[in-house]
Amino acid sequence: MTESAELSGIIHAIARDCLGLDGPLMEALVRINQRFGYVPEVAQAILAEVLNVSQADVAGVTGFYSDFRSAPPGRTIVQLCKAEACQAAGVAGVVTEVEAALGCAFGETRSDGAVTLEDAYCFGNCALAPAAMVDGRLIGRVEAKTITALVKP
Amino acid sequence: MTTVLIAKDSGAKSVGADAVAAAFDAAGADVIRTGSRGLYWLEPMAEIDGVVYGPLSPEDVAGVLDGEGAKCIGPLADIPEFAKQTRIVFKRVGAIDPTDVAAYRAHGGEGGLHAAQTMGPEWVLKAVAGSGLRGRGGAGFPTGIKWRTVAEETTQQKYIVCNADEGDSGTFADRMLMEGDPFLLLEGMMIAGYAVGASKGFIYLRSEYPDAAETLATAIANAPFLDRDFADGFRFTVELRMGAGAYICGEETALLESLEGKRGLARAKPPLPAHAGAFGQPTVVNNVLTLAAVPDILAKGYGIFHSYGRKQSRGTMPFQLAGNIKHGGLVEVPFGLTLRQLIEDFGGGTRSGRPVRAVQVGGPLGAYFPESLLDTRMEYEAFARAGGMLGHGGVVVFDDTVDLAAQARFAFAFCAHESCGKCTPCRIGAQRGVEVVDKITAGENVDANFTVLDDLLEVMRDGSLCALGGLTPTPVESALKWFKQDFDKGASE
Repeated sequence: MTESAELSGIIHAIARDCLGLDGPLMEALVRINQRFGYVPEVAQAILAEVLNVSQADVAGVTGFYSDFRSAPPGRTIVQLCKAEACQAAGVAGVVTEVEAALGCAFGETRSDGAVTLEDAYCFGNCALAPAAMVDGRLIGRVEAKTITALVKP
Repeated sequence: MTTVLIAKDSGAKSVGADAVAAAFDAAGADVIRTGSRGLYWLEPMAEIDGVVYGPLSPEDVAGVLDGEGAKCIGPLADIPEFAKQTRIVFKRVGAIDPTDVAAYRAHGGEGGLHAAQTMGPEWVLKAVAGSGLRGRGGAGFPTGIKWRTVAEETTQQKYIVCNADEGDSGTFADRMLMEGDPFLLLEGMMIAGYAVGASKGFIYLRSEYPDAAETLATAIANAPFLDRDFADGFRFTVELRMGAGAYICGEETALLESLEGKRGLARAKPPLPAHAGAFGQPTVVNNVLTLAAVPDILAKGYGIFHSYGRKQSRGTMPFQLAGNIKHGGLVEVPFGLTLRQLIEDFGGGTRSGRPVRAVQVGGPLGAYFPESLLDTRMEYEAFARAGGMLGHGGVVVFDDTVDLAAQARFAFAFCAHESCGKCTPCRIGAQRGVEVVDKITAGENVDANFTVLDDLLEVMRDGSLCALGGLTPTPVESALKWFKQDFDKGASE
């Protein structure tokens, strides 16, 4: 089976699994995004067909939520909280150091695909601010060097 | 064998609790992973026979087991920051394995359900109303009235929706509760369902809380009371639904849209969700802490809950100390303490050791209070009178290096980032606010731009569809009122 056929097959299966749910579109997108790290473009047509909604609905919902990436992320995903409690604990300095050390700005994926830097707004770890999440692992009182050490080459 | 309690709370793990737990395990101790006591400055923390050790690294473990005192803080009951609390909602968090049914029951779990089963739905409605419980999510609406409204609807299908989209910076009580005592939330939801006649519950959980999602999924699968006959043919099921990184979905109508699989756009009210909520049906939308407060109210009697607190703010409130704070964590106390007591007596002042300059209470839409307002009591009305709001109880402390013009700009920028775009005052106003603040701090037509800013704030406050646009002026106005000099820097330089 080709890679794209396999991808379509998985998305089909996820969509069918969600059919019995109340309001299935969001849940289907959450599962697809979890599975692939982004929502492949082909998902739009598949979800529209299986869930019997317009592709415009799918595109609208996909585009609304910041979790739903439109392209594959880097091999390491760094999410750094930039909300008030982390600001009070000095996250601005961490941002500057991480960007300089990794040669990549927040909101971007480095050109070699090694890392994606994303803004986040609160992991609920505000008593141990600043907080970051690296590949789903929460880090409290985070320093730039902790983050950069976790980035896979 | 020595029994050691170590949190598997995501906050504790974020500073290394897993490695400490593994070291205790390797040394032959019997490790029980619990929720966190909320004393985050001591995490990773271990509790042995009621005595606390922390903050620990794996290298400390041998010494702790050998009885060395270096990392010993003392008995939990003697730690002032803990001893001075009134733990009602959080009484089990940190004490038990969160998904151990036997431990839940041994520590008083299901007491609320038993009382409800014996006394019936009408008694539950009266007890919740009599307790004085108000919504803990931020709006503070009386829970009893909301439940009564849904109970009086005659529709076949009604819903209980738990708002677990805890997006306010500085808040983490919902997360701690869901990770530390998930059965309590499920018990509260089921009581709500029984009281109003709703057979189905949804938990709408933000995606930033993956550990809570895992714990809740386990708890839903193992809760001994869900999906089985309870009383008079009543049976309650719960489904967990994940958000996808949209702050606006903490607003209850946007949450309902998202739950239905749509864009998280705020709805115009009326109709209230109590009349037409999830999938158009009558729906109770309550915050995690609201639902979690109910079992104890029923088990112990609503009069006890009502005896805590002051005036229109009854019961206990799990406040959260965050930001630049020495002893950050969860503080469950009756309403009525002052903000200063929370920050100084519980929080120990700033972590940086510099003076407190501003405190933001109630999340990104809450006011920035100056030092002169620190004696404000932690009560809904007292905060409203001082120009702020308690919100979900988050307290974010800033030291004297903070620039309130920058914080005001951030309030607008955050609103612009998170605006659902449905109403113009929020969608355009927030971005316009960023631009106007930039002009002021750059010294450009300062007086005229202050006038524009005042006008903009009025339009957003009065003209926005929901609380996001409507309350974004709160932090900005408080910054202007108390910290005006921060805006004038550009002009004078």
